[in-house]
Amino acid sequence: MSDMEGMDIRAPIGGLFSVLGMMLVLYGSFAPRSVGASDASGGVNVNLWWGAVMLVFGVIMLVMSRRAMSRPE
Amino acid sequence: MEGNPITHLATIDYAIMAVYFIAVLGVGFALKRVMRTSTDFFLAGKTLPAWVTGLAFISANLGAQEVIGMGASGAKYGIATSHFYWIGAIPAMLFVGLFMMPFYYGSRARSVPEYLKLRFDEKTRTLNAATFAVMTIFSSGISMYAMGKLFNLLLGWSFNTSVLASAAIVLAYVTLGGLTSAIYNEVLQFFLIVFGFAPLVWLGLKSVGGWDGLTAKLNAASIANGLPEGSYTHAWRGMTHAATNPIGVEWFGLVMGLGFVLSFGYWCTDFLVVQRAMAADSMTAARRTPLIAAFPKMIFPFLVILPGMIALALTVGHTGATGMIPAKMANGVPLVDAAGRTVLDFDLATPMMLVKLFPSGMLGLGLTALLASFMSGMAGNVTAFNTVWTYDLYQSHIKPGASDEHYLWMGRVATVGGILLSIAAAYVAGSFNNIMDLLQLVFAFVNAPLFATFALGMFWKRTTGHGAFTGLLAGTLGAAIHHGLTLPLGATAGVKGGYFGLVHTYPSELAQTFWTAIVAWTTCFVVSIVVSLVTQPRAESELTGLVYSLTPKPKDRDLPWSKRPATLALIVIVLIVGLNLIFL
Repeated sequence: MSDMEGMDIRAPIGGLFSVLGMMLVLYGSFAPRSVGASDASGGVNVNLWWGAVMLVFGVIMLVMSRRAMSRPE
Repeated sequence: MEGNPITHLATIDYAIMAVYFIAVLGVGFALKRVMRTSTDFFLAGKTLPAWVTGLAFISANLGAQEVIGMGASGAKYGIATSHFYWIGAIPAMLFVGLFMMPFYYGSRARSVPEYLKLRFDEKTRTLNAATFAVMTIFSSGISMYAMGKLFNLLLGWSFNTSVLASAAIVLAYVTLGGLTSAIYNEVLQFFLIVFGFAPLVWLGLKSVGGWDGLTAKLNAASIANGLPEGSYTHAWRGMTHAATNPIGVEWFGLVMGLGFVLSFGYWCTDFLVVQRAMAADSMTAARRTPLIAAFPKMIFPFLVILPGMIALALTVGHTGATGMIPAKMANGVPLVDAAGRTVLDFDLATPMMLVKLFPSGMLGLGLTALLASFMSGMAGNVTAFNTVWTYDLYQSHIKPGASDEHYLWMGRVATVGGILLSIAAAYVAGSFNNIMDLLQLVFAFVNAPLFATFALGMFWKRTTGHGAFTGLLAGTLGAAIHHGLTLPLGATAGVKGGYFGLVHTYPSELAQTFWTAIVAWTTCFVVSIVVSLVTQPRAESELTGLVYSLTPKPKDRDLPWSKRPATLALIVIVLIVGLNLIFL
């Protein structure tokens, strides 16, 4: 996908998940007992840790798309 | 639309949705500059790698109705719902990848109906193209209607606003970036569903006490519903008789009706999914598309069916509003069945799990995943519609021989038209519920015989155009007659069947559906053969690349063994047998 198409799908995936992950991490850190948090997710700050997982996934995707772009044809 | 919404969203939830919409539109704009020819627009220029088309292949099918419906079936039937994936999808996906893709991708066909034109004749193509075009519009409309209703109920959003806003976004990104845009968004949706639903399952299992806790609670549910213990947590328990398992079908009807006729009819002939594979960058990539798709498809039951099962476990033994799944309401009063049990609104199983288990933030993510699957389901239908309309109806009947720019323009116009018609269909669905039931019934009759036509066309060179055409019509007729002569247990004559009189009663609606499909397929198969034998076949020289015995086999030997389609298929088979044994 690094050819004439000009866009590697991993770039938008990486971008979207990095931003969403970051938002959840920040929200989870500053509003850990957020509105609507139920008993079921009690004890786990699901926003914080799942946001972190998404952030890691997003960054990996971004790195992979950068690598594919810079590889000589 | 009246009533108080079930929940309210926080700013963070809206922010997450907004980020997703920006990403979707951004992809559309970024792709606009590479849409130069009609091939770019309708077939993504045949430039996509197999993993991208593979993920799009299953995402196009994983519309929100599927996500909600599989959750509902999970709550209704338990783990046996996974038959819709393990029996009802995987074998057909392997077959289309290994044996049929060489003809779709290798022939000059740009769509599935066009393959029928090349193999048979114009009338068979037109029959298939016209019914397909009408069906995609209505399924996209029905899914829009479902979305508007759900978000109105959950969040109090206005029905008109959600329908029009989502249609506008889909319109924007499909007209800008064509099939590539739709496929890219399907891949985004795939990851959103995975990331939005995996933590739901995890939190859900945690709250019922893990798999053991779930089994114990569902055992209680199966006994309460008059089924053997373990019915909801074992996929094959009680399958020898229709009466002893939750889905109400015996194993033969399941394997032949769902696993063979319906599943092969959909995965091997429906242009909505086949179009994704045809966008791949090479023959090998096209063949690997459904095989790669089979891997996530195998594990999707755990993402989309388990939430429904957990919701049922969290409902059993609760009364009134404390259970997870609310009761189905009729005129403001909970419905009660003949045995005095409350009738549950299973369609709300998955949405209620999202609302009740996720805090703000994660709730935004879960609902965005749902919105994404609604929209990409719509986009999938629209991209298949605009291609079939432009190539198979407009170019072949209305305006042949025009320039490529003209067809590219027509594709964009068809996108706008398709979306407007879908919106109209959504409002029809809202006003006349029975018409929709009727239409879906007719679609089922039209679809059931399809695989017989394609299988004969691809693997028996003697099949003629007249044979295929009469076979299709006879199969549809056969389905209607069978349906008209039978009824599911407890139903009255009407849209459920029995309108020609009553010859047989099936234990469940699913059993009736599966057997209707079996009858349709068999009728089409036999009639096609008989008519083909008395009509003139085409010269063998015209059928190269279209029929198995007259086409050079794809040379997989040049590929490393790990990249051969057959290797992938073998791994899938081993895994699927393993999964069935685990949940036996």
